[in-house]
Amino acid sequence: MASLQTQDVVARSATTTPTPQVRSAVAPVAKLIDESKCIGCKACQVACMEWNDLRDEIGSNVGVYDNPADLTPNSWTVMKFFEVEPKAGNLEWLIRKDGCMHCEDPGCLKACPSPGAIVKYANGIVDFISENCIGCGYCITGCPFDVPRISPKDNKAYKCTLCSDRVGVGLEPACVKACPTGAINFGTKEDMVTYGDKRAGELKERGFQNAGLYNPAGVGGTHVMYVLKHADQPELEKLPRNPSISPAVSLWKGVAKPLAVAGMIGAAVVGFFHYMKVGPIEEQPEDGKREKEGS
Amino acid sequence: MSKLLQRYNDRERMNHWFVVLLFVLAGCSGFALFHPSLFFLSTVTGGGSWARILHPFLGVLMVLSFLGLFLRFVAANRFTAADKEWKKQMGQLLKGNKSAMPAVGKYNYGQKLVFWLFACSLIVLLITGFLFWRPWFAPYVPIAVIRVAVLLHAIAAFVLVLSVIVHIYAAIWVKGTLRAMTRGTVTEEWARSNHRIWYDDAMKR
Ligand code: HEM
Ligand code: SF4
Repeated sequence: MASLQTQDVVARSATTTPTPQVRSAVAPVAKLIDESKCIGCKACQVACMEWNDLRDEIGSNVGVYDNPADLTPNSWTVMKFFEVEPKAGNLEWLIRKDGCMHCEDPGCLKACPSPGAIVKYANGIVDFISENCIGCGYCITGCPFDVPRISPKDNKAYKCTLCSDRVGVGLEPACVKACPTGAINFGTKEDMVTYGDKRAGELKERGFQNAGLYNPAGVGGTHVMYVLKHADQPELEKLPRNPSISPAVSLWKGVAKPLAVAGMIGAAVVGFFHYMKVGPIEEQPEDGKREKEGS
Repeated sequence: MSKLLQRYNDRERMNHWFVVLLFVLAGCSGFALFHPSLFFLSTVTGGGSWARILHPFLGVLMVLSFLGLFLRFVAANRFTAADKEWKKQMGQLLKGNKSAMPAVGKYNYGQKLVFWLFACSLIVLLITGFLFWRPWFAPYVPIAVIRVAVLLHAIAAFVLVLSVIVHIYAAIWVKGTLRAMTRGTVTEEWARSNHRIWYDDAMKR
């Protein structure tokens, strides 16, 4: 897709000047996953494979419904099943569609060293431009949700694109289209937040007092959100409670970066001026030798 | 024409310049991935992907070849009580006031400091580098450890580069020093005025 210019790139990895973004009069979008409506049929997983021409290796059953057991370079979304007891003695089966959260402040993009290998569009979608990917894995280091996966075949990182190619021409993502129960919704971020809050309210009325919208502020909010039955305990479904870019990564790809470059250039410049001001230390002939040689 | 004193033998000099070569290559491929303004350095080793592939091998090779220098020179770089006085007078030297400096042996306090900064930053680079070396080692390291490792790796590389800048500057600043590594010999005048104790020992031999 990279050759079809979009002119709506609001952030680009390892780039210090503004990107082409004149066509950014678009509303931010979001996908809303309502876990209370999900029946775990994996139609979304199949639709993702179909639309993106992905086929994972046939693995082996690990004794639970999760298949494959985790995200892979070829499985950009995976249904995860959790048997939990939010209240003691009250078993619940929670199902979460795992994948990239499309962070407003993406840690992958912040960490990426290769110019243009990760971009964020005006609509909020975070996309890997794989021909620019060098396979270093820094996106994995930066991501608070453990999402990117590097393919052993080509050493490029892959993840959910939020069907940027479909959304770019006014379609909904493939998973949204395929879901038979309407558990996955797609629209403007504003609409999805409103709808998500409404759904959470309905769930509260039906006995899930802690239902809520998962749209974590630590990463500036996300363009993939969940309606959780137990929003007070996101850990139940292996979601971080307060995700944010790790301080080590922020320091490394934040202030440390320009300071270190300035320090190295500065040291060389200081050396240059020191030489010009003080001058070199010359070899000193032994006292009296000069006179002898001169005579 | 003054007489020449042997300071380094051929093995030592070749070892040194092999380290320099690898430092340049590992440095370019590494710093390319550090700041966007340095990404152009990746072309030195064949572009982004090649820089990423080659960098760890170049780095390990640099550390291994530095080990040769380390073993040869570690004894001469032990700090001694006499270094204290030199350290106190360092400001004078930087002002160009050479006469204030006490007599030193093979290496002065500044050289020893740089030597140990090289050794320490290289060992940090080596250990942390393995922790996020893809595709082989990183998959077995917890992500929290990797995040600290990349930060420490960058800091160590920064310290190494600053030390090398000081090292190179000193070699240019103190006239007659460069030939110690390019030819293996120094003039008697150089030795007498910069490393008096080493000079006296060499004369006794
Ligand atoms: C182009 C870059 C470099 C130049 C021009 C250079 C030059 C020199 C010179 C002239 C000496 C002899 C100093 C004396 O005998 O008093 C020397 C010694 C030495 N160099 Fe380098 N060097 C360079 C890079 C490096 C690098 C990258 C390393 C290792 C990371 C290194 C490690 C050493 C060591 C261990 C010694 C022995 C003296 C000591 O520090 O105690 N050099 N170098
Ligand atoms: S979830 Fe991870 S991969 Fe997705 S945008 Fe956020 S940081 Fe990037």
